[in-house]
Amino acid sequence: MLTQRGKLVDRKPLSAWENLYLPGIIKGMFITLSHFFKKKATIKFPEEKRTFSKVFRGVQILNRDEEGRERCTACGLCAVACPAEAITMEGAERQPGEEHLYREEKYAAKYEINMLRCIFCGYCEEACPKDAIYLSQTFAQANYHRKGFIYKKEDLLIPNPKEDPEAYQRAVGERAGGK
Amino acid sequence: MAEEKKLFKVTIDNITIDVAPGTSILNAARQIGGEVTPPAMCYYSKLQGSGGKCRTCLVEVAAGSTADPRPMPKLVASCRTNVMDGMVVKNITSERVLDARAGVVELLLINHPLDCPICDQAGECHLQDLSYEHGREGTRYEFTRRTFEKEDIGPYIQLHMTRCILCYRCTYVADQLTDTRVHGILDRGDHAEISTYISKAIANDFSGNMIDVCPVGALTDRTFRFKNRVWFTKPVDAHRDCPTCCGKVTIWNRGDEVLRVTARKDQWGEVQSYDGKPGWICNTCRFDKKNLSDWVIEGPMEVNRHSVISANHYVGAVKPQETITEVMGRPPKLLMDIHKISDVNKPEVDLSAIPGPPTSETYEGNPRAIGHNPTDEKANEQGIGTTK
Repeated sequence: MLTQRGKLVDRKPLSAWENLYLPGIIKGMFITLSHFFKKKATIKFPEEKRTFSKVFRGVQILNRDEEGRERCTACGLCAVACPAEAITMEGAERQPGEEHLYREEKYAAKYEINMLRCIFCGYCEEACPKDAIYLSQTFAQANYHRKGFIYKKEDLLIPNPKEDPEAYQRAVGERAGGK
Repeated sequence: MAEEKKLFKVTIDNITIDVAPGTSILNAARQIGGEVTPPAMCYYSKLQGSGGKCRTCLVEVAAGSTADPRPMPKLVASCRTNVMDGMVVKNITSERVLDARAGVVELLLINHPLDCPICDQAGECHLQDLSYEHGREGTRYEFTRRTFEKEDIGPYIQLHMTRCILCYRCTYVADQLTDTRVHGILDRGDHAEISTYISKAIANDFSGNMIDVCPVGALTDRTFRFKNRVWFTKPVDAHRDCPTCCGKVTIWNRGDEVLRVTARKDQWGEVQSYDGKPGWICNTCRFDKKNLSDWVIEGPMEVNRHSVISANHYVGAVKPQETITEVMGRPPKLLMDIHKISDVNKPEVDLSAIPGPPTSETYEGNPRAIGHNPTDEKANEQGIGTTK
């Protein structure tokens, strides 16, 4: 016995009091009734939300720097670290005039995470040398179609801190330092 | 048969080997192979006169020879020191060597930008391997690193001088493989840089080999620039009948697209030799033959198991037999075809067909668009003429 809590089933014939049946019912109903006054194990989900642990690994976000430029350089370390092979990308060269969009001379023109494959292990975040990908504190939204789970760069990018600082702060969440 | 050559007995890290007189310690160690071989960043056995610049191959000579068994007072560069009979060399068994090598790595990295996430050489970079295996974590350098503007020397080769460690290998390639050398080292000391005189093009049939000999990402292939990371490509040995070179290459594919062509490398990261001749490849093979139909495929390149290039390459994997079709009498209905949904690797964007790095335009409706060539533009502005 693994838990040491097992009990042998009592096979003795029922006594006269037990044979009355009704006291057993009342006892059971009383247990049920007492649960009305106990703390509920569930919450009303869409209105109420649980707070996640600080190390909760949710859906990925692609980070921007203070000036709102994308940090990802399509170096491919997240994709090579990904045990589920969920990440794909294509790089491109930053052209003159695009300096306000991308932080470095190379950037990810396409970046996709297949959320059907992702196991939220967080290795992409660990592998990233540019602070470009983070696992946020929300989970991937439910969807009616499988194609909705192929997250493109637009779905993953954090809101621009210059254009929409409030949404940016929301997306950053409780993570210390605003990283 | 002529009289037998006397062989020198040399002991490297307690392993004794007989080598011909005139062999350098480095080459003697390479004959033993394995971990006793000192790393080399500038020495290239196929280029005469190379070596003696980077100091990564330093070893300790504990006994000079049988005739004069005194140890050499300083560590010596093994690529430039020849063996003597009875010489005792310490490489990884010497604390001094390991310490000095870590120092050399730190010095080599002083001006190196460490932009590996961007650099196309990452994954097959000798400086990466060297600093990982022999370097220390962190640097003590606090000053601004020297930087240079990147330069396109010719339409095919891009020079990132900031990444250069001044090994001089590429200048030896130009001297020994091509008829005229138009690039070299300008200035001295901290200002020293590889450059062409007024950014003249390097237009020679074998100039592309300087990409292969470059131990870092200073000279990179512009036709491969930013197209993919090396560890996501499939390296395949292939050959073709080439009138100018041996035609034996490794092609780096994504699916059926040939993204890059390089010479084949041996275990020391140097170009492989065939019948005693180094297998340099010509620019036509390297830059212009980007169709699978140009090549006769020999088979997958042998990749070192410890290399990142072997990541996710399943050699000898046996796929389980699919039985659904047999049991059901029809193929299973797919609920999603990833190729229809994914934006990556779209059929209309053929990266192997464009001669330069892709840009945002390449992916947004103009699949032939390539990145600008800064040197061309500068030359046009100044009216010097294009570099082509």
